[in-house]
Amino acid sequence: MDFLRPASWEEALAAKAEHPTAVPIAGGTDVMVEINFDHRRPDYLMDLNRIGDLSEWEAGEDTVRLGASVPYTKIMENLRTELPGLALASHTVASPQIRNRGGVGGNLGTASPAGDAHPALLAAGAEVEVESVRGARRIPIDEFYTGVKRNALAPDELIRAVHIKKADGPQQFSKVGTRNAMVIAVCAFGLALHPETRTVRTGIGSAAPTPVRAKAAEEFLNAALEEGGFWDNGKIITPSVAKQFADLCSAACNPIDDVRGTASYRRHAVGVLARRTLTWTWESYRGTRRASEGAA
Amino acid sequence: MRVNFTVNGRPQEADDVWEGESLLYVLRERLGLPGSKNACEQGECGSCTVRLDGVPVCSCLVAAGQAQGRDIVTVEGLADFAKQRSCGTGACGGTSLDEAKRWQAEGTDSQTGEGTELAPIQQAFIDAGAVQCGFCTPGLLVAADEMLERNPNPTDADIREALSGNLCRCTGYEKIMDAVRLAAARQSEGV
Repeated sequence: MDFLRPASWEEALAAKAEHPTAVPIAGGTDVMVEINFDHRRPDYLMDLNRIGDLSEWEAGEDTVRLGASVPYTKIMENLRTELPGLALASHTVASPQIRNRGGVGGNLGTASPAGDAHPALLAAGAEVEVESVRGARRIPIDEFYTGVKRNALAPDELIRAVHIKKADGPQQFSKVGTRNAMVIAVCAFGLALHPETRTVRTGIGSAAPTPVRAKAAEEFLNAALEEGGFWDNGKIITPSVAKQFADLCSAACNPIDDVRGTASYRRHAVGVLARRTLTWTWESYRGTRRASEGAA
Repeated sequence: MRVNFTVNGRPQEADDVWEGESLLYVLRERLGLPGSKNACEQGECGSCTVRLDGVPVCSCLVAAGQAQGRDIVTVEGLADFAKQRSCGTGACGGTSLDEAKRWQAEGTDSQTGEGTELAPIQQAFIDAGAVQCGFCTPGLLVAADEMLERNPNPTDADIREALSGNLCRCTGYEKIMDAVRLAAARQSEGV
């Protein structure tokens, strides 16, 4: 094994081009587990910690450019307003020690269906900025996950940053596990309301081969909210609408039985999470509407 | 490969390090600092918690090469680290001549902390009976000490959150909670 220590992004791209099998390591919270357990013996390990740019973030007009190695702790501390869904998801990642090291780039690189960041990214809307010596490109988050622990990266590409849409409405994230800390999700659900476009977006974790959106559920809810004039009148979501939304979210799952839970439990639980997060976000939306009307 | 870094305030050099080796392995097996414990090797248990440039991390998940040029504090250096921190705030005053006559260069091995005063968090763990088998203790001490540095007035929820990455299979955590509360109380009294 060789240990590569690129001092700059350009050096890292050159090294990855020369050694496409090189495994990038930043927080190490996935890679080191595999090495410690002898599940993986890469020829090259490439340390990305020396590239300072990867640990920085920048909030622009409409999006946040989040460096691939920004640790979850920093997201929780600094981006709660811009990226509330991702901040909530970050808080459920493992433990303080892990959140101090791990970041969204690693979650995307590993592309485990159980990665906590995925449902939040899907719900908010995001693009993954990847680059190789051949050039840079942005992969829409919906096209990024291609299979169980597979993503759309070419062998010579590295993840540089994620461009995430800044929240224009309430966002929620919820996760099922046996305790609060140190839990790999049995299943997880992210929901974002986008009042500006009068749409909702979802993200389901750990209940299909890849993180997925419940698109039929989104379309149903978009139509129901529009028809009932909910965005304008700020009424409580009717139970039948919430139930239909939840059922459609369950139907979007394609889970398996494993040590953490059965397929049928996951399907059921995703429905419960969908209904709850819808209630939480909608109540929050109604609250901010009332507050802004009161001010006017 | 060779790794140069600072451990408990001293420059250290580890040779013949395998590229896939963890920082934990280097600390324990190459530098003779077995305070950080090796248990789960997957970041679940927190027994190997050290400070990496001040930040608590699981040393089993840091590749040795990633520690190059960085600053590590292990449980062996915790007493010193805590002392310097409180001296930094002007709590210590100068060294008297009598004290200076007893001065000795500090060791860098596993005995580093021996015979010296304990860190307040270590003393609190002893006083509260928060140590049983002791295996989780080093990781808990490093994590708790860092929390008290950041948050001198923690609620129970804060303590639980800060220690949520450290498993103890003996105590049921209640005595550990007592210990951290005790350390917080003593810290706020300036004892």
